Amino acid sequence: MVSYINLLIFFCLVLLFAVGTLVLSKLVRYIDPNVNPVKVATYECGEDPVGDARIRFPVSFYLIALIFVLFDVEAAFLFPWILSLSKLGLLAFIEMLIFLTILFLGWFYAFKKGDLKWERQ
Amino acid sequence: MTFAESVSHGAILLGAIIGVVTYLTWVERKFSGRLQSRIGPYLVGRPHGWLQPIADALKLLSKEDITPTKTDRFLFNLAPIWVVVMSLLGFAFLPLTINWVLVNIDLGLLYFSAIGSLIVIGVFIAGWASNNKYALLSALRAAAQIVAYEVPLLLSLLVPAVLAGSLNFQDIILAQEKYWFILFPVVGQISGITFLLAALAEGNRIPFDLSEAESELVAGFNIEYSGMKFAYFYLGEYAHLLAVSILVSILFLGGPLGPLLSGGVWIALKTLIVFLIVLWIRWSFLRLRIDQMMMLNWKVLVPLTLGNLLVAGLWVSLSR
Repeated sequence: MVSYINLLIFFCLVLLFAVGTLVLSKLVRYIDPNVNPVKVATYECGEDPVGDARIRFPVSFYLIALIFVLFDVEAAFLFPWILSLSKLGLLAFIEMLIFLTILFLGWFYAFKKGDLKWERQ
Repeated sequence: MTFAESVSHGAILLGAIIGVVTYLTWVERKFSGRLQSRIGPYLVGRPHGWLQPIADALKLLSKEDITPTKTDRFLFNLAPIWVVVMSLLGFAFLPLTINWVLVNIDLGLLYFSAIGSLIVIGVFIAGWASNNKYALLSALRAAAQIVAYEVPLLLSLLVPAVLAGSLNFQDIILAQEKYWFILFPVVGQISGITFLLAALAEGNRIPFDLSEAESELVAGFNIEYSGMKFAYFYLGEYAHLLAVSILVSILFLGGPLGPLLSGGVWIALKTLIVFLIVLWIRWSFLRLRIDQMMMLNWKVLVPLTLGNLLVAGLWVSLSR
């Protein structure tokens, strides 16, 4: 329990550092009295900004996120498995092997469907 | 530990990290210079530019702060704070000598990786809040890349934990008294190398620095940031890199274990060597394309690390 209180204290210290330095910077930095509107425009290499940045993006990004969820849940199962492996021995290993085989079928399905490819037709 | 002790230990750790990270930028510039037959910074604090990081910090502190009008102000200010807090928080779990660790819990490795993967949220907030197309594209790439490489990172991170039978960093260190885990036949080398690769991708380092890609995205998700907020992204990046270097030295190189010298010296030495290897990689390889990078992850690293973990698990369950 003491360790977690240490973590909380450290978190507060880090937050204090992060916010405090920004405040300090606000006190010492140069502040432009009359800001040119071009200066605070969106940066697009000197051109006038075209349209909004809330654009559509490729579906591949969503697929990555989906496959990530699949594997990350599996990793969450692996953590307790590691701790009990040396106690349970081969039985725990075979059970995990079955679980990972099922999971790998999903990976293989995504692979065959071409979902792991970046460019899509 | 009393309350006062907790606060002072935390403050010492925080100060030490900030100091080391500041000087890592100097190490990087000096080492990069030498690799390219230059001498790197030398003017501030002659003859070796010792004071360069201090001068940089002061300059960034006093720089004008520009917030473009089209940004989402609250998120725009939140993002750098988020990145810096999350990348510094992970250090609380890392033992810097065998006995000195701020937060000594049995699930240290789990907590460390959980906090480490929260950084990506800050990066994405930065890209989204900037309302800039370069920033948004970069943030999307960074999110996809970090999320994808999270899988091999975790799977290779777990191999030392399997071999040690614990998620506590101290137990993992003590389990390496006979031999370092990097020396464990085949399994150790594969997990060590894949961990370093995945960690480079997590930290947006070359050859995986697609989200910064100067030649196409100008500067990446931090394009609209200036002054201290910009510095926070750098601080976060280098703090993350330092954490990764320490983690490699703890998980694979035995951390503070070593003859003659004290534990703190050994871990500092090993961390520095890992950091220099990262720099060496930086100046030796080209940036990958995003499809090549995703291919490397899903078709090579994920099956490889998964199989590797299973082999390690089989060995442990047979040899109990």
